[in-house]
Parts: sequence; C-alpha cells; structure tokens
Amino acid sequence: MKSNYLHYLKDRTIDAAKALYANKVVLMFFILCTFGLATTGKPPTYTVVEVFTRFGRNTFLVLALIIPVLAGLGLNFGIVVGAMAAQVAIFWTVYWGFTGLKGIAVCLLMATPIAILFGWLVGRLYNRTKGAEMITGLILAYFAEGLYQFFFLYLIGGIIPVENPTMIIAGGTGVKNTIDLAGNLKYAIDTISLLSVARGLSVAYALVSVVLWALNRQKSEGLQKPLQKDRLFGAAIVFAATFVPPVHDFMATDRLQLSRGIPVFGVLIALVALFRVVTAGRTGKDEQYRMRQGTVSLIALIAVGVSFVPAIHKILTSVHLPVMTYVLIALLCVFNNWLLSTKLGQDMRTVGQSRTVANAAGINVNRTRIIAMSMSTVLAAWGQIIYLQNLGTFATYGAHTMCGQYAIAALLVGGASVQQANNKQAILGVFLFHTLFVVAPLSASTVFGSALIGEYFRVFICYGVIALSLAMHAWKAIPKGDKKDKEPDALPGEGTEAPAEA
Amino acid sequence: MRLKDRLSGFVKAVGLPRIIIFAFFLLVVFGAHYYGLGMPALFGSVLRRWGMFGVLVLAMVPAIQCGIGPNFGVSLGIVCGLLGSLIVIEFKIAEMLGAWGAITIAMLLSIVFAIFVGAGYGFLLNRVKGSEMTVSTYVGFSAIAFMNIWWVTLPFRSGEINWPIGGEGARNTISLASSFGEVLNTAGGFYAIGDDSTGMYVPTGLLLFFFAMCYVMYLFMKSKTGKAMSAAGSNPVFARASGINVDRMRIVGTAISTVLGAVGIITYAQAFGFLQMYNAALMMGFACVAAILIGGASTVQARISNVVIGTFLFQGILVIALPVANKLFVGTDLSDIMRIIISNGIIIYAITRSKGGAASEE
Repeated sequence: MKSNYLHYLKDRTIDAAKALYANKVVLMFFILCTFGLATTGKPPTYTVVEVFTRFGRNTFLVLALIIPVLAGLGLNFGIVVGAMAAQVAIFWTVYWGFTGLKGIAVCLLMATPIAILFGWLVGRLYNRTKGAEMITGLILAYFAEGLYQFFFLYLIGGIIPVENPTMIIAGGTGVKNTIDLAGNLKYAIDTISLLSVARGLSVAYALVSVVLWALNRQKSEGLQKPLQKDRLFGAAIVFAATFVPPVHDFMATDRLQLSRGIPVFGVLIALVALFRVVTAGRTGKDEQYRMRQGTVSLIALIAVGVSFVPAIHKILTSVHLPVMTYVLIALLCVFNNWLLSTKLGQDMRTVGQSRTVANAAGINVNRTRIIAMSMSTVLAAWGQIIYLQNLGTFATYGAHTMCGQYAIAALLVGGASVQQANNKQAILGVFLFHTLFVVAPLSASTVFGSALIGEYFRVFICYGVIALSLAMHAWKAIPKGDKKDKEPDALPGEGTEAPAEA
Repeated sequence: MRLKDRLSGFVKAVGLPRIIIFAFFLLVVFGAHYYGLGMPALFGSVLRRWGMFGVLVLAMVPAIQCGIGPNFGVSLGIVCGLLGSLIVIEFKIAEMLGAWGAITIAMLLSIVFAIFVGAGYGFLLNRVKGSEMTVSTYVGFSAIAFMNIWWVTLPFRSGEINWPIGGEGARNTISLASSFGEVLNTAGGFYAIGDDSTGMYVPTGLLLFFFAMCYVMYLFMKSKTGKAMSAAGSNPVFARASGINVDRMRIVGTAISTVLGAVGIITYAQAFGFLQMYNAALMMGFACVAAILIGGASTVQARISNVVIGTFLFQGILVIALPVANKLFVGTDLSDIMRIIISNGIIIYAITRSKGGAASEE
C-alpha cells in the first residue's frame, strides 16, 4: 500500500512535468514570470497583492471564452460586444442613481437581455462566415466600437435626452471620458462578506436540491432519486455554523485575508478529503480515488504548513480576497464543467468537432452555435461588470478595447488552443499572464533602466502569444496530404506533441 | 420588370455597400457645397491623401492575387520603411545627397529589408493556409509592438530623432523637414485653382509616383510571373497541375506586398511631413484593406483599378465628411466614428461574401 502510494505520487509528478514540458508556451511564461519576479526590485508582497487583485478582476472574462472554443467557434474576439452591453447597462444604472447591490442587480437585469440580443446577432454573423469566425470577431469588435462611440458620443444627449453634468460633456451631447463608480458600484460585489455568501449559498443549495427532487418525483414515477438527506444536512450545518460566534467573526469581514483563509480552508479541505479516504471502502470507490483524495489532503496540509513560514505568512497577510468575486469565478468553472454533461454541451462539442457529423446526427448546427455565442456574450457582460466594479472607474471609451485581446492572450498563455480550452488553463493562464503584466515594466526598469521597454514588451507578449498560437494552430491544421510534396518533418516537435484531446 | 432585373443585377455585381458608399460620397460632396465649404482646398486635400495612401493600398493587390488574402500584416512592410527612413535621418544622408538622394536611399534600404522580411512572412503564411487573415493581423500587431521596443532601445544620436529634453528612444513624430519631407508633393506641384491655402494644390510628383507604381504593378501582373502568381492564388490545384510552384508564388506575392508597404509608408510620410512612430501604424493595415475593398475588390480578387477608385472614394469621404460633420453636429467628432464604421463594415461584408460557399455546407 505504502510503496503503491509512493509509486502513484511519482507517476503524478512525472505526468505533471511531462504536461508542462509538452506545453512549451506555459513553460516559457513560467520562466519569464520567475525571471521577472526575481528582478522587480520591489518586495514580493506588492506583486502578489497586485496579481490576486487582477485575478479576481479578469478571470470571469477569460472563463467566458471557453464555451465558444467548445462549440468550434475558436477564440471569441466578439466578447468585446458583451463588454459593451455591460457598459451600456452600467451607464444607465449610474445615471438612474442605483447604488450597491441594487445597482448591480439593475445592471445585470439590463445587461443580460442586451447581451443575449448581441450574442444572437454575432452568432448569426458567425454562421455566415463559418471557418473565419476569428477574423470576423476581430473586425466586428472594431466595427462595434464605432457604433458604441456613436451611441455614447452622439445619441446620448443628442437624441436621447440625458441631463447630468457629472456624466455628460459640457455641451450637453455625449458622455464624458470617465465615469467615477466610487460611491455607487465600486466594490459592490467584492464587499459581499463570506458570511452572506455562505448563508446564501447553503440556503440556495438546499432549496435547489429540494425543488429538483420534487420535480424529479413528479416527472418519472419509476426512476425516483431519493432526497439526499445528508447533503441537506450538510447545508444546514454550514448555515447553522455561521451563527457560532468565532465562525461568525471570521466570516463577517468583507474581504478574506489569505493568511487566515488558507489555514481554515486548507484544514477543512484536508478533513473532507481524509473523510473520503476513510469512507471510500463503504461507498465503493477504487484505490485510485483514495490515493487522489489522500494527495489532496496532503497538498492542503502542506499548503497550510507553508503559509506559516514567516516570509510567506507576511505576504499572505497583505492579500485580501474579495470573497463573492472568487465564488462567482468558482461557480462559472462549475457551470462550464456541468455544461459538458448536458445534452446542449454534448451538442456543442459535436458541432465543434465536425459540423457535418453534427448535422448528420440531427443537431441544428446553426442554432447550437448561436446559443454558444449568446452564452459567451452574456458571461462576458457579467465579467465586465465584475471587472468594472472592482476597478472603480469606468473609462467610457477605453474599458472594453483591450478586454478581448487580454482575455484571449491569458487563455492561450495557460496552454489553451483554438480548439481546446478548459477552466484549469484559464486559471493558470490568468495567473501567468497577469504576473508578467505586473512585473514586466518593473523588471525592465531594473534590468534595462527603462520602464517603457517593459510596457512595450508586455504588449508585444500579448500580441505575440496570440499570433504564435494562431499560427501553430493553423500550422497543425493543414492536412498532411496537402504538403506531400514538401519535406514531411517540417515542424520540429510536431510528432512529439499530442494532438488535441478528443 | 426588365429594368428591375437589370437593376438588381447591377446591385449584385457592384455590391450594395459600394453603392451606398458611393452615394454617401456624393452626398458629402453636395453637403460640403451646400455649407459653402472651400471646395478647391478640400479637393486639393483629397488629391494629396489619394497619393499618400495609394501605394499602401496598392500593396494589397499582389497579396490578394497570390492567394494570401487582404494583407492585414502590411505593418511588417511599414516598419521596414520606418527603419529605412530612420537610418537616412540618423546618418544625415540629405546633407550629402539632397532630399531626392535621401528618399531614394531610404526606399532602397527599406526595400532590401522588406524583401527579407516579406519572404520570411510569406514562408510563415504558406504554413497557415486558410487562416492567413487572422494570423497576418496578429503578426502585424506583434511586429509593431516588437519594433516599439527597438524604437526605444536603438542608440539614435540625431537630434531630429531623439526627444529634445529627457525622454527615451525615438520621438512619436519625427519631422522630415530637413530630410525628404514633401519632396514628391512639391515636385511639379502647382495650384490648379487659386494660389494660397484656399486653392486647390495638385501634388503632381506624388500622383505621378503613385500612377507609375500602379503601372509597374500592372506590367508585373501581365508578365509571366504575375500571371503565374494570379493563377496560384485563384486556383492552386490547377496552378500546381500546370507546373507552377504555388508556395513560391505566394512568397513572391507576399514579399512584393511587403515591399510596397515599405515604399508606401515612405510616400505617406513624405507627404505628411512626419514619420509616425510607435502605434501610429497599428491600424493602418485595416484602412488599406478597407480602401481596396471599397474600390470593388474581394478577398480573392483585386485589380489596380480597385486601388485607384477605392483609395479616392475612401479618402474622399474622410476628408470631405470631416468639415461637413463638424458643421452639421457641432462639437462631435463624427467623422472618426464614420471612418471606423465604414472601414470595418466593408471588411466584414467582404468576409461574409467570400465565405458564402462555406455557409451552405449544411
């Protein structure tokens, strides 16, 4: 058993190393980031805090890219359109004077239908340009930019009467360059405390499982699933625990200090995993499962231990996570995974692999693609709301311009490609890309004595990684027969890299 | 009934957006006349911008004809042109050989750079057949961003290039007054109407240069290589069957396109009077693509006439619409919005056209 487990650990480690080696983009960025971190000339606390802030801000947008990749639409440069939908909603919310959570609710209510409409339109356009979705999306983003500017610079105030001297340009036509969100939407999502999150989620979880159980009972008499009492019980425990004074105090702060969060959650995760290892025999899980859970608890405990190393503890003390934002990111990850288990998700996957096969199997290809686009656009709109409420200032004409490219670059840095992307790659990518983004100007000014070089370097990295990834994708996509007359081993390393996962 | 058929046939042949754009052009011209704007000066400006952008737009012809599609990556040629011009300024060639010598050397240097860069770029595009537009867009962006790093780091000594006080690297805009600024424009230039800033100035040298380039391009397209290149672009399988090396032809087309991009930016810069560094050229490829598409090209076929007509219409609308829009809607910069909508709208339209076959796959 013991040596078995060691063997398992060794295999996992080798697998991870192999995966890292196979994905040279990730490896390259890993090296760049390490080098950058070492040469910032600032305390590591600064970088870490900055990266965690940016992670909360941007990850939702990056995760919004995964569904179109699944449906074979490639990297959706059209998420800019979703961001625009969000910005239209934010403008009106601020103008009408809604603040805090109410403001966010109004934003969501307004942005979602607009984003669905936009997504539907973009999807229809993509259906007319099959095979060229990416370039269409790219140009479309610029085209939409024109309409957006027309709306904000001319229609608002020009046609639509709007009076608000703090938001409108002095002449009465057009919206000012920046709209301050402090005092209305700033941190509206970020400041929701862990307490409200835990209570809300446990109640919601219990409600949903009861409703699903009730629906299921009505529908099919024969195939009833029993009400999972232990899960309801778990939710009740979480809910009740929030009233215990120490827990209450721990959770009531509006940000989660990482140095306090890691020990608590690390121990919790470790306990759950250990519990699973112990009960694995009873629930009929195999050896692999037990080993995996064992590893999880081991890693969690190691993380807890490491977090108490003084140097690291000091850094972690200054990181304050916005709880709700991170929870939303986690929920979107769960959603992306869950979608794959549904009929719709499977349809999307089929369409993504071959439209002809999907069509033959009776899937409405165009409709599936439009649904994928609508979902992505809506998620992008929500992502932009999260982004702006965290940023606190809304640059009317600039907030959306780079969001598509940065999100795509981040996803690609994580090892995703035009055909294949998942949550892990998105999260890893955001960490690497934004670490580089933070450290590039700093380390350039220490190494070359010029921050400007770093600024340009990170822009170059952003464009370069997209160019590289698109080129590599197209390079591999050429059917072998097409270059029969050319040298067969044109691409070094082509044979060693695994083809895209099925 | 017959008239209606012929009308719809005409619309189909020319393309609805082009008719709209042409009608719009006429509308702005009438608008300008109605508002009593100085028409001679406006048309002088249109002529200048026609020649200024012409060669850059011409760079699209070999690219589209050889099969790589609209060359969004013309920025590669542009940075070659900028580099050539910077070298000429840095070594003060104009003092030794005069303005004409300076512009000739700048062009020759840039052409040499562009041939190498273009060949490499063509080699890359041969590897990514089918996704040239997306790849070339991002290769173009990367090239600009990459050269930005070099503009900051290259050790220029010339006072024309460096910032006057402090500041790193090259300036954002570098004056060409002491090297080859407006050398083509003023060659044989004359006032056709009036004789001051309200008159219509004809930049004879610039226009002649543009037309000469068009003619050279025309001759090339009629030559054996040009014909082979067009065949490789329009029907690669057939071209291969007739013994044409398709990949080689695509590299030739891409290299010529890049060279024209380099020559084009020098023409542009001398007419403008300044070299625009850094991100100024980032979206220039899009404007060029839009211009040739407005002129009637598609993503698979382009003619010299498309360049001449398209550049004139596109620049004409931009030049004339600006003062009209300012009269009409005081205080808003509507012309820039219009530029964005027109140029990107026509590109999207062209893409939906070219992929018409793919859409009927199901």
